[in-house]
Parts: sequence; structure tokens; C-alpha cells
Amino acid sequence: MQKVGVFVCWCGSNIAATVDVAAVAEAVRSEPGVVYSIDYQYMCSEGGQSAIKNAIQEHGLTGVVVCSCSPRMHENTFRKAAAAAGLNPYMVEIANIREQCSWIHKDMEEATQKAIILARTAIAKLHLNSPLVAGESEVVKRALVIGGGIAGIQTAQDIADCGFEVDIVERSPTIGGKMAQLDKTFPTLDCAACILTPKMVDAAAHEHIGLYTYSEVEEVSGFVGNFAVKIRQKARSVRGELCSGCGVCSGKCPSKKTPSEFDQGLSNRSAIYIPFAQAIPNVPVIDRDACIKFKTGKCGLCAKVCSAGAIDYEQQDEIVERRYGAIVVATGFKPIALERYGEYGYAHSPDVVTSLEFERLCNAAGPTKGKLLRPSDHKKPKTIVFIQCVGSRSDDGCGKTYCSKICCMYTAKHAMLVKEKYPDTEVYVFYIDVRTPGKNFDEFQRRAVEQYDVHYIKGMVGKVAEQNGHLRVQASDLLADRQIVIDADMVVLATAIEPDPTARSLGTMLTASMDQNDFFTEAHPKLRPVESPTAGVFLSGVCQGPKDIPETVAQAGAAAAKAVALLCKSKLLGNPCVAGSDSMLCNGCSYCESVCPYGAIDYVYKDIIEHGKKELRRVARVNDAVCQGCGACTVTCPSGAMDLKGFTTVQIMAEVDAICR
Amino acid sequence: MHTSEAQLARTIRRISGVDTKKCMKCGKCSGTCPSFAEMDTHPHRFVSMVEDGDIHALMQSNTLWKCLSCFACVERCPRGVEPARLVEAVRLLVIRGKGANHMTANDIPALLDEALPQQAIASALRKYSKA
Repeated sequence: MQKVGVFVCWCGSNIAATVDVAAVAEAVRSEPGVVYSIDYQYMCSEGGQSAIKNAIQEHGLTGVVVCSCSPRMHENTFRKAAAAAGLNPYMVEIANIREQCSWIHKDMEEATQKAIILARTAIAKLHLNSPLVAGESEVVKRALVIGGGIAGIQTAQDIADCGFEVDIVERSPTIGGKMAQLDKTFPTLDCAACILTPKMVDAAAHEHIGLYTYSEVEEVSGFVGNFAVKIRQKARSVRGELCSGCGVCSGKCPSKKTPSEFDQGLSNRSAIYIPFAQAIPNVPVIDRDACIKFKTGKCGLCAKVCSAGAIDYEQQDEIVERRYGAIVVATGFKPIALERYGEYGYAHSPDVVTSLEFERLCNAAGPTKGKLLRPSDHKKPKTIVFIQCVGSRSDDGCGKTYCSKICCMYTAKHAMLVKEKYPDTEVYVFYIDVRTPGKNFDEFQRRAVEQYDVHYIKGMVGKVAEQNGHLRVQASDLLADRQIVIDADMVVLATAIEPDPTARSLGTMLTASMDQNDFFTEAHPKLRPVESPTAGVFLSGVCQGPKDIPETVAQAGAAAAKAVALLCKSKLLGNPCVAGSDSMLCNGCSYCESVCPYGAIDYVYKDIIEHGKKELRRVARVNDAVCQGCGACTVTCPSGAMDLKGFTTVQIMAEVDAICR
Repeated sequence: MHTSEAQLARTIRRISGVDTKKCMKCGKCSGTCPSFAEMDTHPHRFVSMVEDGDIHALMQSNTLWKCLSCFACVERCPRGVEPARLVEAVRLLVIRGKGANHMTANDIPALLDEALPQQAIASALRKYSKA
């Protein structure tokens, strides 16, 4: 028979105002096995915890029941207190008499009766508790960062600087991401490439960082501390170790009609190409869909002109298998497609551009070499209209419900860049609100209005129509209660951003939850913003939600810190409340394996001796480290072989019996 | 009739099914309206006044008759507020009053125009009268 101590918490007035805590403590004093029962104001306080420790020692308690708030709050606190007093931490049960009782009832008598029942139930369960011991697993001292933009690069650098190995896997041929495509960055107007490329070089040169570019994560298995990942290194058709990066191949390549992804389709690239001049690695890739040799068998000019003999048409994709202790997701974003926004004329006129296309037009390495010219006729634009919130803040089904966060700032930036280039060009910005919450952000936007004479108009553009080579912009000016028509030379749309399309399949591979917009969900929006609820997976950058570069870099560092905290551990303590199968009862049906959401169950052949006979049987085996204790297998098992430690079938039935008494 | 503004506002909400609180004051409805110049109460103001319960004033406005029911505002509103339905609801409130048709069949011959499509005549009758 157990010696049970019961501790009923007041939680100040949270519980005590609705539940007669003294009566609860009194009522359970006579329960079988209870040798000690008190009520106390704040069990989670030092005093409360000492009360538990002292009672364990003075009364030789073998089990503790705490009637208090939800176990999600303080189960750990009370387990630690028990362990400190020498009692196995799993001989502690919580009866939730707050969230499940005092906070949802108003009548004191009713609530007190219910609290007594909940206390009895916990005591009944405790009588059947076993002193479980948490298992240990190893931690592989290497991190994987998926995505090589500024977020991935920063996280990798921070982890590597702590002395741990990091691999960056990047889908495109070079690291750098969207930031490499930008011209200048707010609020400092630094040149994006100037501040990014040194970080890119550091990432490549760092002794602890490995780069897998033009690669994708294909499969992830395992669990925190021990992930097994398959990386597909796509065939560049160029041997990186021989290539000198001279660029003669792209120059000579006769296939020059493919729209350049880096220039957002505003210019063309060759079939063999390096995305941009500062690409890392500085090794070209052959786009086999555009390459004449791969399509027709004729050409092969690049191989002929390559002095290093680096071209290899026979190169195949390679699968690399590596193990990692922690995985950081940094897959970034893309602008949305605009086919639901025909009113802005994007598809009809080349002079209507997205904000990212505008960055390329401003950029010195862009399609017009930094001269801001109309894409249609390469003339200087004399009037430019910027439209905010295209596709953001919209719950009509055409766009995204959220605010994309970066557009108010980058539009002010674009407006000022235009005025720097062409002081006499008229610039209009149509806005719903101006959102500039960061450090020095509001001052930045005010400069556009007060110093650069940018016309900010509160209102929205209804439509943009092409007329005689110009763009007739019809919009509302709400403060003047007028409709205005502007003859513009260019219209720039502040397009909403959404997560990279690879995010969803990656989320499935990692079993990492995502919201309806395909942003990865954080474990807690305020207190745990860089961790996924899935243990061992961390989040960095826009893949978790729209944010600008300052926030991305800050979050990247935070994700790195969390990853390092994991990698630092010599071993991980698992959760002992996991499923286990009784091989004597298991009939090998595989139902449990198919319902397990974590892939924690597999089947093995075991020698079973029953009734004096030895038989080879196919039985279930649970991987304790992967099992999350959800119990799905336990209820599915038709033979009752599967049970859940800490929540066994007999324990649950004992609880039901106690309630029904 | 001295129906309270609050009662009228409730009636408008019921007839139109529109939740004016969803409006984020962006002005895209007014930006897109082809009849903006003809109206005394522009689409964005119309929605705002319904939200404020200023229904009597709206019943006097010429917007009710200048709105083409083209539904461009409905199509383009990013919040699904449907200004044209609000205009229609207030218009119905007027027309449903006894003898309050804005146009009768007898008015039509005087308004005819060679360029006027038959569709316009039929839709005008439907919009401007109880018939």
C-alpha cells in the first residue's frame, strides 16, 4: 500500500474563492493510503515546494498528489521537488482543480464536490503509478540549416562560432537568398550585396560550415538529437572542384532565352549560368531544360571552351546521408502571384511591376544596369505611382489576410531612391496605413514626405489602365474625399509575400506544424518564437512569419542559441511516458504502426516461448525516443498488447471508477 | 415615419447581410467607382455612414440612384464589405415606402434615348421601383 501525501492549493483566490480547499483536504484524508493531507496558499512557491519535500521525508511518502492548476503549468515544478527529496518524480500526480474546476464553476458547493472527486481520482491513479525512469539518447553534434538566405547564413554562422559543425542546404545554385536581389536596405540604405556578400564569404570559408548548394532535403527520419537526413545534391553538370569561375562558358552559350530568376524575369540568362556575380559557390549550373545539348544532343560549346575541363554532361544527382542533432528551418519567402489582381494591369503592361522587380530595376547589377528606365520603352519615368497592400490584409479570398510587414518601409525606400535618381520625377504612394514600428523607421518614412517631396495619399487605387503608352491610374483620396486620376509612367505594386513553396513538403518531412498560410508555427508565440513544437526543430526568418532584415538577423541568432543549447548536451533525457507492447499478447497486426503519427513503431521478429513451445513471431516494437505518448496505438491495439506507461489501461479505468463512485 | 436610426441600421444590416465593421477604410471602393463624380455620398463614406447608423441622411442621398450596380466595388473590396449591397439596401428601404417609387413605367418614354440598351430599361425598373 502506498503512503500518499495530498497537497491542496489555494492558488491565492483562483481556486480558494470557488473551492473550499480545507474541505477537500479533509475529505481525502480518509482515502485508502492517504497519510498526510493539507491545504496551502501557493504550492508552486518555495514554501509550497518545501512542504512537499518535508512531508516526503517526515512521513516516508511513496507518492504525492497535488490539487492545483493545470499540469501544463507546474507538473515539472512538483516533479523536481519530489526528486529533490529522493522520491521518483513519476510518483507525482496532479489533479487540476483550477482550469477544470474553480475557473469554470460558480457555485462553491458544486465546485468543492467536483474538486473532491478530482482529488480522489488522482489518488486512485497514483496507487497504480510505477517509478518510471527516463531513457537517455545521444546528441549528434551537428546542425542542419535548411535555406541559405540571410536567416540561414546568420544562424549557421552563430552555431559554427560556438564550435559546432553546421551544414547549409540551399535549393538554388548559390546562397544569398532574396537579400542578394535587393538594391538598398532600410532604414540605413546600405547596399544589400555589400553587407551580405562578406557574410556569404564567411559562411563559405568557416571551418565548421559545410555548403550544399543546388541541393534539397529529400527525407528526414529520426528524432531530436539524432535526425537522419537524405540530401539530394542536384547535378550541376559542372565539376565544382575543377571550375575556376571564369565565366567563359556562359558567355559562349548559344541558349540565351531563359528568363533570369535572379532578375525576376526582367532579363534573360544562358542555359549554363551563375545566378549573379558574387554567387557562392562561384560554379555555374546547366539548366538542362534550356540546354541545347540536353534537349537535342547538339552543341557542347561550353565543354569545348572550358579551359579547366570542368563540364560534365554525365553528372548525376547524388544522395548524401548525414546525421544531425538539430535542424533549423530557414526557407524564406516569395512574392505572391498576381493573377487575382487584374485591376492593376500587371499582366498587360510591362511598366506595372512588383516591388521585387523594381529592386532589380534600381540595382546596378540589374537588367538596366541601375538606370531606372521604363521596361516598355527604356525612357525615363516622369511619374511613378506606388500602390501599397497589394494582396495583403485581404480576407476576400484573393490575397493574404496578414500584413506583409516590410512593404510600408520598402515603398518609402523606393520612393526616396527614385527621388535621388530623378529629383524632378513625381512620386505618389497610395496607402491604407503607414506601418513603421522599428527603430528609426518612422523618421525614415517622414524623410520621404518632408525632405523628398513624395506625395503620400491615403486612399487606394481602383484600377490601372494602359492608355497611349501611359498608365491611367484611377484612385481615391480619402482625406479630400476625391477621386483622382494620375497619368503615370510606371506603377509599382507592393506585393504580399508568402512562404517559399517548398515549405509545406518540408513541414511534412519534419512533422513540424504550419498554419493555414504555410508559415511554420512556433511553440509559443510570445515565449518560444524560434522553436517548433517538434523537438529539435528550430525556426529562423520569414518561414515563421513576415519580417524585415533586422528582425530576421535577431531571430536567426535566437534560433542558433536554442540549437546550441541542444547540441551542448551530452545526452538527452527522454519522456518515460511512452508506449510499450507486450510481446506475449501482440498478434503482429500492424494497426499500431499505421496509426502512429510519429513513425515510432516498427515490427521485428522475436522468439517467443509460450506453453513450452518456441515460436518466431512478428511483434511490435516502440522506439522510446520517438514516441510522444499520444496513446493512439494503445486504443487501436485489438489484443490489448499495447499500453502506455504512466497512463496504463488499468490506471485509466481506476480513474473512471473513482469518478463513478 | 419616425423609425429610430438604430432600427433602420438594423434593417439595413438584415437586408444587405453586410458586416460594416470589416471595412478597413482603404478607399478602394471609391477608387474604382465609375460613378464617383456623380455621387454626393461616395462609396467609402456610404459604408462609414451605415456603420455610424446615419441612415436617414443616406436615404436622402443621390448615391442611391447614381449607383450603377456594376459591383466593381464588391469585386475589389479586399475585406468583402460589399458597398453596392449597402446602397441597394438603403434604396430598398426608400422604395418600400408607400408611393415611394423613384421611377414608374410612365416615366420611361420621356427618358428614352436611341443609345440606351433595352437591358438598361429593364434593370432601371427593377432597381427604382417596387414593381
